[in-house]
Amino acid sequence: MVTIHLDDLCVSVGPRPILNSVTATFPPGMLVGILGPNGAGKTTLVRALLGLLKPARGAVLLDGRPVAGLSRRQVARSVAYLPQGHTLHWPLSVECLVALGRLPHLAPFSAISPEDSAIIEAALEQADVAHLRGRLATELSGGERARVMLARALAVQAPVLVADEPLASLDPGHQIDVMELLAAEARAGKLVIAVLHDLTMAARFCDRLLLLDRGEVGALGPPLHVLSPARLRSVYGITARTDNTGSWPVIVPEHRLATGA
Amino acid sequence: MYRRPDTRRAILVPLLAVAATLMLLGSLMVGPAAISLTRLWSALLGSGDPVATAILFDLRLPRAILGLAVGGMLGLAGAVLQGYLRNPLAEPSVLGASNAAALGAVGALYFGFSDLHVLVLPLMAIGGSIVALASLFALAGRSQSPLSLILAGIALSTLAGAGISLALNLSPNPFAAMEITTWLLGSLENRSIEHVWLAVPCVVLGSGLLLLDGRSLDALSLGEDSAQALGVNLRRTRIRLLLGISIGVGGAVAVSGSIGFVGLIVPHLIRPLTDRSPSAILLPSFLAGAVLLTGADTGVRLIPTNNELKLGIVTAFLGVPVFLAHLLKERRVW
Repeated sequence: MVTIHLDDLCVSVGPRPILNSVTATFPPGMLVGILGPNGAGKTTLVRALLGLLKPARGAVLLDGRPVAGLSRRQVARSVAYLPQGHTLHWPLSVECLVALGRLPHLAPFSAISPEDSAIIEAALEQADVAHLRGRLATELSGGERARVMLARALAVQAPVLVADEPLASLDPGHQIDVMELLAAEARAGKLVIAVLHDLTMAARFCDRLLLLDRGEVGALGPPLHVLSPARLRSVYGITARTDNTGSWPVIVPEHRLATGA
Repeated sequence: MYRRPDTRRAILVPLLAVAATLMLLGSLMVGPAAISLTRLWSALLGSGDPVATAILFDLRLPRAILGLAVGGMLGLAGAVLQGYLRNPLAEPSVLGASNAAALGAVGALYFGFSDLHVLVLPLMAIGGSIVALASLFALAGRSQSPLSLILAGIALSTLAGAGISLALNLSPNPFAAMEITTWLLGSLENRSIEHVWLAVPCVVLGSGLLLLDGRSLDALSLGEDSAQALGVNLRRTRIRLLLGISIGVGGAVAVSGSIGFVGLIVPHLIRPLTDRSPSAILLPSFLAGAVLLTGADTGVRLIPTNNELKLGIVTAFLGVPVFLAHLLKERRVW
């Protein structure tokens, strides 16, 4: 159980300020969606959460301790990361790739223990890729590879899971699977933070949304409060049709407003 | 690092170790002077005639040990660099480490520093290698693209090569030029036990540093951000690799001259025999490099030529066709 607190977080990449004074608290047991237009600073926020970028001001606090002061290994055991793009440089087998998730827990030169194997097995099952275990991860379809990468992140068994666009390159069925899986992880007590672009998925599954607007907090709170028509207009520059009649809201983007509107 | 591959690797490593031992014995048996096995055996036990004992311990044993150590170091350095850069083209000579080490050695010879103390030449070789790799990391270490590191490496390698050619060009006498050429072509001819004492500690230290980082290399196959998110301290890994390759390759090149292709080819030959994770090929690459170079060095003594062939020429002639055939076969995976 870990709470993440962003305290007046300002991050620059090179000379360019990307995040400006972001303050938010994410308690455990919650699925948090991070939204915002391209270039709003979502990936920068994720990298700062992992301690990969040093804040220019403010801090990312893991249970009150600044991430910048923790060792890489300490961060790795608390925060699992599912990156965007699913880079893989060698043709590793699926099993071998998912086993990499146990790295933060292994002492140098020690082999995979039976407990580790059980955790890897569970992660393969959870992400629905157990049948792919012997395949080379480089020869999988985009969707299969995305789920294998998710299994790799689950195998870390960290109290926090940060996923950067986990739905990219997934078909609608697997998009729902992944969102349900992330929501189940949150219900089990983890803090799950996911960068999303699909407004309907975000509104349906997330407990809380952080909408980034040019590096600042555009809105933070329950999905329907954050995704109000006025905010979609000012932050994304779009009009959207929102339908609240079903069991969950459906938000369909309709028109892009002329720039400057 | 996971189940099935472990059993495959459990066979591969002992097999290569046996092959390396056989190569060592084979290398001890072959030389310009024909000595019967019984004479060698009694010399080994300390009861042989002085000629056989001298040939065995002063000529053949140092040469065989250096073959194993240098070959192993080059194979391991290639495996580590390919894993670290996530590029199958990487090897110590592509990154300029070998050429810069050779330039250091040539500088020691050219300016006569090598006469001051036996350690000066290898130390200058190691220094050359450190300078090359440090500038390489400074030039391209921050870049995401491994390609820029390789481009910078080729530039440094060419520069060091030009330095060696300059020394060759300006060398005061043909004897010095011959000496310098040896460093370009690579050879283990006429190496003594002193050379063993220079190279082996460097190789042990260098490979020790490199073997520590197998896990980090595995994590790096997911990219730098993911590796860091899995607890890898990239800066420390980079420093360990820099030191390991500089000391190890520098020490090896200091006695053998620059021997190309071993570092490039060996990891490619080993990879299909493992689960292809960067950590799984480290130790097998060391052993296979040792086998390959000792074999090639035994080969140059068996091939009847007027001047003994230089080792670097043989590894290139042997290695490149094997490598090309292998690439054609493996193209599907790349």
